[in-house]
Amino acid sequence: MEKLVVSSTPHVRSNDSVQRIMLDVIIALAPAAIAGIILNNNSINAALTVAISIVACVIFEAGFQKLTKQTCTISDLSAVVTGLLLAMNLPETSPWWMPIVGAFFSIIVAKQLFGGLGQNFINPALAGRAFLLAAYPTKMTGSAAFGPAKFESVVDAATYATPLTALKESAGAVTSSDIINGFLGNVGGTIGETCAVLLILGGIYLIVRKVISWRIPVTYIATVFILMLIFGRNGAGDFMGAINELFVGGLMLGAFFMATDYASSPVTPIGQLIMGVGCGVLTVIIRLWGGYPEGVSYSILLMNLCVPLIDRFTEPKIFGEVKKK
Amino acid sequence: MEIKTFKRGVHPHDGKELSNKAAIRVINPEVGELITIPLSQHIGAPCDPLVKAGERVLAGQKIGESSAFVSAPVYASVSGTVKFVKPMLTPGGTMVNSVIIENDGEYEQAPSLGENKDISSLTPEQIVARVKEAGIVGMGGAGFPTQVKLSPGPDAKITDIIVNAAECEPFLTCDHRCMVERGEELVKGLEIMLKIFPNAKGHIGIEVNKPDAIAEMEKLTKGISNISVVSLKCKYPQGSEKQLIDAITGRQVPSGGLPAAVGCIVDNVATVMAIKAAVIDGKPLIRRVVTVTGDAINNPSNLEVPIGMTYAKLIEAAGGFKEDPAKVISGGPMMGIALFDTEVPVTKTTSGILCLTKKAAEIPPESNCIRCGKCVEHCPMGLMPLHLNADTLAGDMDAFIAHHGVDCIECGSCSFICPAKRQLAQSIRVNKRAAMAVLRAKGGK
Repeated sequence: MEKLVVSSTPHVRSNDSVQRIMLDVIIALAPAAIAGIILNNNSINAALTVAISIVACVIFEAGFQKLTKQTCTISDLSAVVTGLLLAMNLPETSPWWMPIVGAFFSIIVAKQLFGGLGQNFINPALAGRAFLLAAYPTKMTGSAAFGPAKFESVVDAATYATPLTALKESAGAVTSSDIINGFLGNVGGTIGETCAVLLILGGIYLIVRKVISWRIPVTYIATVFILMLIFGRNGAGDFMGAINELFVGGLMLGAFFMATDYASSPVTPIGQLIMGVGCGVLTVIIRLWGGYPEGVSYSILLMNLCVPLIDRFTEPKIFGEVKKK
Repeated sequence: MEIKTFKRGVHPHDGKELSNKAAIRVINPEVGELITIPLSQHIGAPCDPLVKAGERVLAGQKIGESSAFVSAPVYASVSGTVKFVKPMLTPGGTMVNSVIIENDGEYEQAPSLGENKDISSLTPEQIVARVKEAGIVGMGGAGFPTQVKLSPGPDAKITDIIVNAAECEPFLTCDHRCMVERGEELVKGLEIMLKIFPNAKGHIGIEVNKPDAIAEMEKLTKGISNISVVSLKCKYPQGSEKQLIDAITGRQVPSGGLPAAVGCIVDNVATVMAIKAAVIDGKPLIRRVVTVTGDAINNPSNLEVPIGMTYAKLIEAAGGFKEDPAKVISGGPMMGIALFDTEVPVTKTTSGILCLTKKAAEIPPESNCIRCGKCVEHCPMGLMPLHLNADTLAGDMDAFIAHHGVDCIECGSCSFICPAKRQLAQSIRVNKRAAMAVLRAKGGK
């Protein structure tokens, strides 16, 4: 008999792995990303942006780890997820170097400098997007950045605006065709945020696979809906307007895929509910009264900063807890 | 049928199909085989030997005893000659003073402790005294002397006696087979315990992955008004004392407290059957049923063996190894102890010997915590293992205690579920010992 292995308990482990989780996220994101590319007026550049972003993220991660003599962890696929999410947050007119700059900020600054996977206190992809938004505002937003979707009927493409920009400028009554277009992704927006239906299906896949819990996305979306119903652009009780707010902009992408980022969201069940509500409140405040048309990314980034505090005050009650005298 | 359970927990593959159909086989050692009886097979004071090398002993003769309250005597399991009294390696990995007997193959019995065919006239004191005399301890693994559990003090109001028949450890099937084949002994044992606490109700909690055992126990308890069979969800750690009490009675044992604090006494199947054998048949605890299983074993079996036979002999009795094992575990895969040597004796607390092949024994490399929160979601005690792990690695004892590290029951659910394969339970277990020492020192001031 060879030497026996002696180790601590437990002697069996679940089949779960970090790689499998990341693969699930990629599977969940892929349909919306592909739809975003296909439905786009500028499909080729959109596809290139996605490809460059993913490759850049992986290379930056591997390079940093090589340089700092750490174990290379690109096989866990987390850099691929970051690259994909970053690209989905960029407009389809992005110049080739923009995803590279974003990837550098996401992977090196937001993730690796803080200790790598699990140690980043803000969502890397959103950090990258926020950096690009601050550094190249005209390339990231505005009529120059976004064109209409392929099947969208627009009178004048030169003065085209995304639905949220249009709403910001002049809120009119929302029709059911607006809502259907938003739901299917037949509107302008960043590469991956437009096709709400596929993002929702992807989110449901992640919940069913137990990769994420329902708590953050459901409370986030519900909060936005309720607050929009109360404080809507056309006054309280605008049901159609409130529904429309759910499908335009980055809410679905943010609620299912960004606010649920493990490292930058609470681990406690109550904390996750607070995270969702907090993101919802901030999103509505920014959309209605802020300077930007869209508030999803900043609301998530701001809530990311509150996570240590939320976790600390929402520790679950332990089994058989005895109150301290 | 109502199925009860506790909050959170995990679902490891139960592996019971390997041996849950294998009827219990009675195995006896060969003539001349050395039988090693450790003088401490329980929590509490070790026994002093009552015999010397060269003496002849009979099966069922007391060979070790201690005057301490928390202790349990040990008995020779075979007749033969005492060869040595010396420290020997035990399954726990420690050297324990032991009596080594050369089996003479006669199985000559020592006089019985006294039979009681009719239990109705027995007083609680007589029953508890007999349980102590017979050397009965918790046979599920902890080895806590049973008479101590049965003496909760005059202030305790015991309302529920629970037989822990969950057998939630994957792979183990000894309790399952005992219930199916020897169920009436279990019912008798429980009835004896209810004699001590006449106002209490008896519960037999069985996980639903043992439908034949549930059916058998329901049949045997039909018409007994104060005993009920409870179906439990198949979930780990359903058989943990606190989680079992919660599932059956809805009461939570307070942090740092004992089951008696919520009116409960919990004993596992083998222990309750040993109580029957001691009180009714006058037999001390000298034999037990052990599951020998795993993907490295030729013929997974449930064996009734005398205490003191070596693990190596039991593995032989189960057909030996199919292929070289990479890991041999005393107990189940979730809480069992990995052995470095199979030349260790079966003790009162040996419930299983699990032999895993190289593939099953692989230890995955640890990676960064990704804060997925799965450990928090599954911890049956409601702890936050990721924080406890970080506190341990950072050497922050205050934070570890503030995060309730000492409430960990070491079930291993966190390590099992962790996708980053972190050794959560291992680190928490190590630091828990240190934290308890710190708390004791503080309490002593």
